[in-house]
Amino acid sequence: MSRRYNLPQATLALVIALFLLVFLVVPVFTVMFVAFTNSDGSLTFAHFRSFFQLTLMREAFYNSLYVGGMSVVVSSIFALPLAYFTARFQFRGAMLIQTLGVLPLIMPPFVGATAMQLLFGRSGSLNLILGDWFDLNLPLMEGLNAVIFVEALHYFPFILLNLTVALNNIDSAMEESAQNLGASGFRLFRRIVFPLALPGYMAGAALVFLKVFDDVATPLVLNVTDILAAQAYFRITSIGIDDPIGYVASVIMVIASMAALWGSTWVMRGKDYATLQRGGSSLATRKLGPWQALFAYGWIVLVLLLVLSPHLGLVLLSFSKMWSFTVIPEAYTLDNYAAVFRDSPFMLWNSLLYCGIAAGLDVAIGTAIAYLMLRTNLPGRRLLDFIASAAVAIPGVVLGIGYLRTFRGFDLPFTDLPFVSFWMIIAFAFTVRRLPYALRSCVASLQQLHPSMEEAAENLGASNRRTIFRIVVPLMAGGILAGFVTSFLTAAVEISATLMLVSATSDAPASYGIYLYMQSIVGRGPGAALGVITVLLVGLGTYASHRIMRARSLRFETLQLLK
Amino acid sequence: MPSLSMPKVMRLACAALALSFAVPVLAQQQVVIVTSFPKELTAAYKKAFEAKNPGIKVEILNKPTPAGVAYIREAPANNKPDVFWVSAPDAFQVLSQEKLLARIETPAKEVPNKIGNYPINDPKGYYLGQALAGYGMMWNTRYMKANKLPPPKEWADLAKPIYFGHVAISSPSRSGTTHLTVETILQGEGWEKGWRQMLMISGNCAAITERSFGVPDGVNSGQYGIGLVIDFFGLAAKSSGFPTEFVYPSVTAIVPANIGLVAGAKNPENAKKFIDYTLSPEGQELLFDPQISRLPVLPSVYAKAPAGFPNPFTGKIKPKVNFDSDLSESRYYVVSSLFDQTITFRHKELTQAAKAINNAAAKLAGKDQAQAARLLEEARELAYSPVVSDLKARDKEFLALYRNTKRDALKTKQITALEEYWGNTARKNYARAIELANQAAALAK
Repeated sequence: MSRRYNLPQATLALVIALFLLVFLVVPVFTVMFVAFTNSDGSLTFAHFRSFFQLTLMREAFYNSLYVGGMSVVVSSIFALPLAYFTARFQFRGAMLIQTLGVLPLIMPPFVGATAMQLLFGRSGSLNLILGDWFDLNLPLMEGLNAVIFVEALHYFPFILLNLTVALNNIDSAMEESAQNLGASGFRLFRRIVFPLALPGYMAGAALVFLKVFDDVATPLVLNVTDILAAQAYFRITSIGIDDPIGYVASVIMVIASMAALWGSTWVMRGKDYATLQRGGSSLATRKLGPWQALFAYGWIVLVLLLVLSPHLGLVLLSFSKMWSFTVIPEAYTLDNYAAVFRDSPFMLWNSLLYCGIAAGLDVAIGTAIAYLMLRTNLPGRRLLDFIASAAVAIPGVVLGIGYLRTFRGFDLPFTDLPFVSFWMIIAFAFTVRRLPYALRSCVASLQQLHPSMEEAAENLGASNRRTIFRIVVPLMAGGILAGFVTSFLTAAVEISATLMLVSATSDAPASYGIYLYMQSIVGRGPGAALGVITVLLVGLGTYASHRIMRARSLRFETLQLLK
Repeated sequence: MPSLSMPKVMRLACAALALSFAVPVLAQQQVVIVTSFPKELTAAYKKAFEAKNPGIKVEILNKPTPAGVAYIREAPANNKPDVFWVSAPDAFQVLSQEKLLARIETPAKEVPNKIGNYPINDPKGYYLGQALAGYGMMWNTRYMKANKLPPPKEWADLAKPIYFGHVAISSPSRSGTTHLTVETILQGEGWEKGWRQMLMISGNCAAITERSFGVPDGVNSGQYGIGLVIDFFGLAAKSSGFPTEFVYPSVTAIVPANIGLVAGAKNPENAKKFIDYTLSPEGQELLFDPQISRLPVLPSVYAKAPAGFPNPFTGKIKPKVNFDSDLSESRYYVVSSLFDQTITFRHKELTQAAKAINNAAAKLAGKDQAQAARLLEEARELAYSPVVSDLKARDKEFLALYRNTKRDALKTKQITALEEYWGNTARKNYARAIELANQAAALAK
C-alpha cells in the first residue's frame, strides 16, 4: 500500500506521542507499578491483599460502586421522562428541557453541594418548613444519599442529552413498520424505540458513572469519607506519597472506570443499531392529552426546581451576611463579592491561563490526531487515538497521584524549582483530562469534510501543509471551536486532579479557590460569591459558544446544500 | 506566499510562552509557609508583612495539619518550604523528632516561659509559641432553643443522651486541633475513661467532618447544634455576628499554637523575618481581628484587646490539664488511627449502638429490673470501651510500630492487620451492644 504520509506528519505524530507518554501513560503506569511492587522492586500482590483485608477499603470500594450505580439510576429517573416527552410529543416546553439539560453542567457538584446542604440539610430551609408544619425531617442530605442526590442532579444531563439525540435519530420507518405489525403504546416503546435509543442511553450512563466514581471533592464537602476517591486522596496526602494502599485504591478506580466504558460498548456489541436513514423524519410526534400534559409539565417543573436549587442556594449564600437556622438568610451584604474582587481575581486569571493552555493544546493535538487518523495511513495512528481517548477513564485523583510520584525529584530545567510545584503541571493535567472531548469533536468535524476539497487544492498546486492550514482547518473551524470551548469550560470546573496538584494558594485556579474559601470559620459567603462568578463565566461561555456554533453550522449547512 | 503563516505564528507563541516560564522563576524573594490556618488569618498576615517588606512575596500552602507534616517530610532537599505554622504543638513534636526543624531564637524576650505549666516555646529551641489556644465547645443558640437543649458546660455533658445527633467533631487524623482536643481529654481523664468519654460523645455526633472547619461552619449555619472546637473558632464566629456561644470546660488545656523554621528551608532569612514579624507587637495585635480572635502570647498587647476578650494570663480560664506533648507525640499516630478505625469509619454502627443504649436506658429509668440493668451495663461496656487497653498503649514496642513512616511492605502489612483488627473488634462490639441493649429494652416492659 502506498505511503500516504510524509516526514513532517510523522514527526508531529512522534511529538504528540511523546507528550502523551510523559503526561498520561507514564504517570498511570507508575501508579500501577507502585501498587504491584515492593520497595525493592519485586512483583507482589501483597498490597492488593492488604487492601482487600481492610474492611474500610472494601466498604469504600462497595460504596463507590453503590453511589455510582445509584446516581445512574436517579439520573435516569430524572432524564428518561424528559427525553421521552421531547421526542414523542409536540411540546412547547422543548426549550425549557434544553435549558434543563445545560444548567446543571455549568456548576461543579461540590459547589452545588454546599448550597444544597443549606436548602435540604437537616436544619435546611426545606426541613425547617417541614418541621414547622408537619413535624417532619427528611434526611435528604445524610451520608451516601447526599452524594447520590447531588451527583444525580448535576450529571443527569449526560443521559438526557445523549438519549434525546438518540431518540431523534430513530427513523420513523422503524416505528411505522412496527405499528403496521400491530405494536403500539408501551410495547412499541419497549421493543422498538428504547432498544434503538439504547446506545445513547448507555453512553450517557457510562459517563455519569465515571464522573461520579471519580469525584473526590463532593464527598469531602459532604463529610462522606468512606468512598474510594476520598480514601485514595487521604492516604496519599496524610500518610504519604509512598503509602501503597493509596495506589491500590487508584488502580481499582482506573479498572472500574475502564470497565464501565468498555462494558457499555460491549453490551452494544453484536447488535446493529444503525437505521437506514439518519436525520430523516424521526419519530412521529403526538399531541399531549390532558393527563399527559399535567404529568409532563408537572415533572418538568419539579425537575426544574430541583435543578435550580443549588444555583439559587448559592446565589442566596453569596449575598448573605448571616444564614443560620433560618429558611432564607436574614441579613444580606455585598461584602462577599467585594472580598472576592479584592482578594482573588488572581484565581480567575489562573483559571483563564490554565484552561486556555489546556484547551489550546487540546484542539491542536486533537486536530493533528484527527488528520493523521483520517487522511494518512501512518502506522500507529490508531494507537495514538486510542491512548488520547483512554484518558477519559483515568480519574483525576489518580492522574494527580501519578504526576506527584513520577515527577518527584525532577526539577524544571535550568532552575531548581521542582516540576511538581510548577503551575504548568496543572495545565498539563487539564490538557490530558479534557483531550478526549476535543479529539472527538475534531474527528467528527473532519469526518464531515469530503476529501475532494483537499484534492482540488492539491490539484491547483498547493503543498500539503498549505492545504491543511488554508482548507482543512478553516472548514473544521466549527468543530475546533466546539472542542476548544468544551475543553475550556470543563477544565474550568475540574477539581479532582487540582486538589492533588495545587500547593501554593497563588497558583490556585478558581475551582480550588472555591474549595479553599469554603474552609472558613466566619461563613461561606465569599466562597459562594467566587462560585457564582465562576458559574456565571462558565454559563456565559457556554451560551456564547452555542450561538457562535449555531451561526457557523447554519452557514455550513448552506454550503453543503450548494454542493 | 503569506509571510506570517500559521506555523510561524505558532512558533512565536511557543517561544513567548517558554520565556514566560523563566520570568517568574527568576523573580522575587519569597517565603513559603505551610499552614492549616484559615484564609482570614493568613491573608491578614500576608498583607501586613508584604506591606512592611516590599520585595518579599508570601506564598501560602494551605494544608490540614497532618498533610502539612507529610508534605514537609516528603519535600525534596532542594525545595523545602520555609515555615510551618499550625495550632497543634504535637505536630511540631513529630517534626522535631524527625529532625525536620531548625533551631531558632525567639525575638520576643517578653514572652513568658510558661502558660500555666506548659512551656510556650520549645525548651529544645526548635519552635516558638505564636498564639495561645484553649479547647472547648461552641453551640448555635437558635438550634439549641428549637431543640430544647441546655447549653453544655463540660465535655462529659456531651455524652448525655439528650445530645444525641446534635454534636459534631472532626477527626484527629485530619485536624491538628481535634487531635489536641482528643489528647486533652485523654490526658485529663486518663486513657480508659477518656476513650469512654470520646466514644460516648462520638456516639452523639451527627457527623465526623472532613476538616476542622466543617465543625464551626456547621454550627454557624445551624446544621449541627454543638461542636468541639479550638477556642478561636468559637470566638471568631461569635464576633462575626453568628448566633453562637463558646465555653471553656474545666478539662481544658491552654497550649500554644506554634511557628517553626523548617530544616534546610529554601529562604531561611526571609523565614526568620516572617517569624519575627508574627511575634512583634504589631504582628500579635493582628490576632485581635474579630474574624481571627486568637490569644496573643505577648502579655503587653492585651492592653489593646477588645472588650470581653479572654486573657489566659489572668488565670480566668482555669485549665485542669497540664498538657504533656511528649506523651502526645509518642502516641500521635496510634491515637489518630484508633479514632479513625473505631469511630470515624464505624460511625454509623457507633451511633446505632448509642441510640439503642439510650433507648433501653430510657425504658429502664426508674424501674428495678436487675437482669435488664445488667444487660444494659454489658452493652455499655462493649460499646464504650477502647479496643486498646491502657497497658498496651504504654507498650514501647507497640508504639514503635507506628513511629516511623510506613514505607516497608512488612510494616504496612503489620499496621493494616492491626487497624483491621481494631475496626473489626469495634464493629463486633457495637453490633453486640445493640443486641444486648435491645434485649434489655424488651425486658423492661
